[in-house]
Amino acid sequence: MLVTIDQDKCCGAGSCVLAAPDVFDQRDEDGIVVLLDARPPADLHQAVKDAADVCPAAAIRLETA
Amino acid sequence: MTALRQVAVVGAGAAGLHAAEALRRAGYDGRLTLVGAEDAPPYDRPPLSKHLLSGQWQPERLTLREPHALAELALDLRLGVAAAGLDRRARTVRLADGHEVPCDAVVIATGVRPRRLPGAEAPLAGAHVLRTLADALALREDLRTGGRLLVVGGGLLGAEAAATAVALGAEVTWLVSTPAPLAAVLGTETAALLAGLHREHGVRIHVGTATGVLERGGRATGVRLADGTDLATDTVLMAVGSEPATGWLDGSGLALADGVLCDAYCAAGDGVWAAGDAAAWPDPHTGRHRRLEQRTNATEQALHAARNLLAGPDGTRQAYTPVPYLWTDQYGLRIQAFGRPGAADQFELVDGTLAEHRFAAACVRDGRVVGAVGIAAAKALRGLRAQVAAHGPWPPDQETRP
Repeated sequence: MLVTIDQDKCCGAGSCVLAAPDVFDQRDEDGIVVLLDARPPADLHQAVKDAADVCPAAAIRLETA
Repeated sequence: MTALRQVAVVGAGAAGLHAAEALRRAGYDGRLTLVGAEDAPPYDRPPLSKHLLSGQWQPERLTLREPHALAELALDLRLGVAAAGLDRRARTVRLADGHEVPCDAVVIATGVRPRRLPGAEAPLAGAHVLRTLADALALREDLRTGGRLLVVGGGLLGAEAAATAVALGAEVTWLVSTPAPLAAVLGTETAALLAGLHREHGVRIHVGTATGVLERGGRATGVRLADGTDLATDTVLMAVGSEPATGWLDGSGLALADGVLCDAYCAAGDGVWAAGDAAAWPDPHTGRHRRLEQRTNATEQALHAARNLLAGPDGTRQAYTPVPYLWTDQYGLRIQAFGRPGAADQFELVDGTLAEHRFAAACVRDGRVVGAVGIAAAKALRGLRAQVAAHGPWPPDQETRP
């Protein structure tokens, strides 16, 4: 799984960090998403999918790579 | 679920798109119709009053899904045509072009339409609303020529448009009905900070109530106030709230009040679900029906409605219990809020200060944390989210504090 993020679209809700804290973080100044792990291990894939699902700005993209 | 072969999602904004996606993701492989009144494929509305209005972003940037991603959903996509009626007995959605869409289940996601002022109920040059891409482009065009902009309405939309316009060089007056605009949304302290920023940047804040738009020669020339005075302007933006776009459901037998009345599962009736700006569901904290005109709610409620739709009457439906979230970008600052900050709440700083434009604060009502608001302190703010979700006590119980 390859995770990419679009920081311009991110609205800073932090939903992704709640869903997958090992993969996503937020910048403190504006809440924008920071990608911690672009190729997360398999045991985190479901959490990452959940994070992408709940992202209100659709700023998280997943590719099967 | 096996009997479900035809689902219609009415409304192709964020809520409609996310409902359709959630249905497919959950394995629904029957016919899936997505109906949208606008011509454009699903796009994101929050940038309309910010990056799109400023000209920093072009319309393509707002598209929520690339064409290939939309194609993967295998939708029966009906864009540029509004829904005109719902016949629950025949289980069909009637479209404005006369077509009928049969459906075993329907998700209502038709959102809201902006209120307009008397004198500009019909389209009038120089008098704008801001809800659609076309609205934003029309306003942008009028701002391009410079001159005066009068923003009517003290909500977030009006505030953002005023901030964007003044940065573009417009001479901006922001007409608000109370001396503390946004206090009901962000709390008194944060609202006061923002009002100060507006003034610093040259926005003139005028307290008054608009009763109508003035017109001469087919163009808006100003606004009349309740006290009888007139405010002259070149361009008017009516940001005076919105109404659920549910007229097409008249006669459907659904309960319509301020929105489509749903139960805790986002169900409005047998096989009828609702999500997004138009859906009124019982707030778990008050038991009263309410709508949330927030971008994050569009996504989260659509996911819930779609999952509950597929779960069926005997399945494991989940009540919708969101932690509301909103953000607004003004003058280079991003203000974020969870829950429901109110004008009368105690403002309890947990990080930073108002003066440095960096803080996170709990909004406390009757000893309970009902909201949280902050600027440039996303982590501290997120730390308050669980308290907001639980309406936890303030000060926090030391034993349960993380």
